[in-house]
Amino acid sequence: MKSRLLIPLILFVLLVIFLAVGLSRDPHEVPSPLIGKSAPTFELGQLADPQKMFSPESMKGEVWMLNVWASWCVACREEHPLLIAFSKTQTLPIIGLDYKDQRPAAMAMLAREGNPYILSAFDGDGHVGIDYGVYGVPETYIIDKAGVIRYKNIGPITPDILREKISPLITELNRS
Amino acid sequence: MIPELGHYALILAFCVALVQGVLPLFGAQQGRREWLVLARPAAQTVFLLLVFAFGSLAWSFYVNDFSVLYVAEHSNTLLPTVYRLGAVWGGHEGSLLLWLLLLSTWTFLVAQLSKTLDEFMVARVIGVLGLVSSGLLLFVLATSNPFERLLPAAQEGRSLNPLLQDPGLVFHPPMLYMGYVGFSVAFAFAIASLLSNRLDAAWARWSRPWTTAAWIFLTLGIALGSWWAYYELGWGGWWFWDPVENASFIPWLVGTALLHSLAVTEKRGVFKSWTVLLAITAFSLSLLGTFLVRSGVLTSVHAFATDPRRGIFILILLFLVVGSSLTLYAVRAPKRAMGAKFTLTARETMILLGNVFLVTAAASVLLGTLYPLLIDALNLGKISVGPPYFNAVFVPIMIPLLVLMGIGPWTNWKNTNLLAVIKRLWIAALLAVLAALLIPRVMGEFTWLASLGFLLAFWIIGSGIQQVIRQFKAGKPTGSFIGMQFAHLGIAIFVIGVTMVGAYQEERDVKMSSGDTVAVGGYQIQMQGIAAVTGPNYMATRGTFVVSRKGQLETTLYPEKRNYVASTMPMTEAAINAGLTRDIYVSLGEALPDQSWAVRVYYKPFVDWIWGGCLLMAIGGIIAMLDKRYRSKLRGKHEI
Repeated sequence: MKSRLLIPLILFVLLVIFLAVGLSRDPHEVPSPLIGKSAPTFELGQLADPQKMFSPESMKGEVWMLNVWASWCVACREEHPLLIAFSKTQTLPIIGLDYKDQRPAAMAMLAREGNPYILSAFDGDGHVGIDYGVYGVPETYIIDKAGVIRYKNIGPITPDILREKISPLITELNRS
Repeated sequence: MIPELGHYALILAFCVALVQGVLPLFGAQQGRREWLVLARPAAQTVFLLLVFAFGSLAWSFYVNDFSVLYVAEHSNTLLPTVYRLGAVWGGHEGSLLLWLLLLSTWTFLVAQLSKTLDEFMVARVIGVLGLVSSGLLLFVLATSNPFERLLPAAQEGRSLNPLLQDPGLVFHPPMLYMGYVGFSVAFAFAIASLLSNRLDAAWARWSRPWTTAAWIFLTLGIALGSWWAYYELGWGGWWFWDPVENASFIPWLVGTALLHSLAVTEKRGVFKSWTVLLAITAFSLSLLGTFLVRSGVLTSVHAFATDPRRGIFILILLFLVVGSSLTLYAVRAPKRAMGAKFTLTARETMILLGNVFLVTAAASVLLGTLYPLLIDALNLGKISVGPPYFNAVFVPIMIPLLVLMGIGPWTNWKNTNLLAVIKRLWIAALLAVLAALLIPRVMGEFTWLASLGFLLAFWIIGSGIQQVIRQFKAGKPTGSFIGMQFAHLGIAIFVIGVTMVGAYQEERDVKMSSGDTVAVGGYQIQMQGIAAVTGPNYMATRGTFVVSRKGQLETTLYPEKRNYVASTMPMTEAAINAGLTRDIYVSLGEALPDQSWAVRVYYKPFVDWIWGGCLLMAIGGIIAMLDKRYRSKLRGKHEI
């Protein structure tokens, strides 16, 4: 046997090892060190009006959702209709964090696809995203009345996640 | 009752597939004829059992049997009948059943059409296919039984994702799977010849039409998927480098390399180990694609069901099938390069070079697709790889390949006077340069990338025309030659479409109310009004848009925004006026407060050439496959 002929087999075995490790992880659920900690504070201009500022402190006393989005993000468009439908139920305030984006493109996207957010904070250089440990867009955080992050979802929210994880959590947080 | 019968049929099919996989292989190894002859009847039985099982599931959908969990989860009474049929493969369990049905169909066809082939070879080929079938059957039975009951039965089913209620879904997966699964035949032939130490021209000749058939289905399947995404998803793009798309594209690239490599092995008896490796790789990548799509290790816009148990099972299956094949390859593949000699300018070299580009492209797409997974497995974090990576890596690999496509067909086996070829090709080169200079001017704006696209496309077209002229002067062309011309022309047409859309599409996102007009690509589009309409299982808002050009009325478009009864997700139904030289695409966004609407209008020049090119490639494949060389040789053998 020539060792050259073994190369494909060796490459394949390496691939299988990686796939096996990959299987044990759920790409949607990244353990965030932030869960159970206070949401990092920031102060950013709003998307629609850079003069008006937004800061998470102003949401104290309410259960709210922070949704990281961007106009360049394809997966966001997938979750967008769901967010709009959800915002119409008025379950909780949804704040957008427009991540590494251009203002005109972001405003155009909201005008076109609808706006589920009561407001969006504009994080053009992504500095706030770094504090929140944003891996990829979209990401969604549920923050309780005391300003503590209780839940984080990476990737688009699906009807299942909304129904089975987010909605029960909101009910529970609102009760306490 | 029917679902139980279907379930029994699946269990029986597993048992028979085991027999089909084990006995003929042992029989062939030990020379026991009484075991060999079991191969064909076993393959036929598995096929019939799977047709029955699949029919049972389809029947359960047809009669709305919501006591079957899978039916309740993927259908409801409001769903039109044709989409209920599509819903059979709309979910995980059903699509695996379809996979199996198609695998047994290919096996059945091999069993029927191999009467002239050596008995031992047939037994081994069918045996290998039987082993693959039994592994997948076990997977379905153990983790994804489509016939599981839901007791008490649901009153009404959940709806199919409205995104998937489209004729595209009815045809796209069967085509794609037919291609995926079809590479199993080339794979089985490769393994069988490794087992029997008979890697010869006959093996290549036998594999060729089967490989071409699988390649045709895969080409059409990918094109249909892309077309579906464009028309249905309403994002206006035709390819997103999504992991699920890549999972079908990687086997296509390797399959294309295999097609060419098989030709060399058949004609010249060289590259045997390489061709065998490609045959194994093409099918392994199909299995890997199934794993990626079905296990949920990667996030994708297709967002299929995920279940870690299933993932582990497919991974073990993948490991067994591919691991054993590659081990066999390492032990049995020809050690020394044998066969005829050829020079650096020979056609053999050209095809090998093309193969290297194709395989490199496949490897880089695979790397980009798996990269997030590798980084995650190494605990380096979660990342996503997007179109910028793929475009940056894939396009530069394709450029030399396209240049090569204009030269390769001119070369001869063994040795070529390359200088003479280049001297002849000045006409094609001139055509290409003229196209590269003139077309961007006509389209309005000169960009280097667009110019390069036209240069390559017309280089292939020009070279093709010269080849056809030479061939007709020399005598009647063969099916293979005509097939190649169609397929290569298809690539050129595809490149033109991609270049045109990339460089000259126009997109307008505007706020419109009745009476407003917007202009794109020389067309005026006027919004005339908005009305509410009711469909079979949805309510919709429909806009009316009049498209005109230089005052002449062209067409009227009716984009819709639908709310399906059984789903919370609103769906955008874009209206498209398709044409040979452009598509006009209007889709409704959100209603704005003052009676106006957000409207998206696209002008997409030559976008349909993208799928037209794919269709030409598939037609080329069909012509090449029907080349009478394959049949006449068979008949010749039969008479002896």
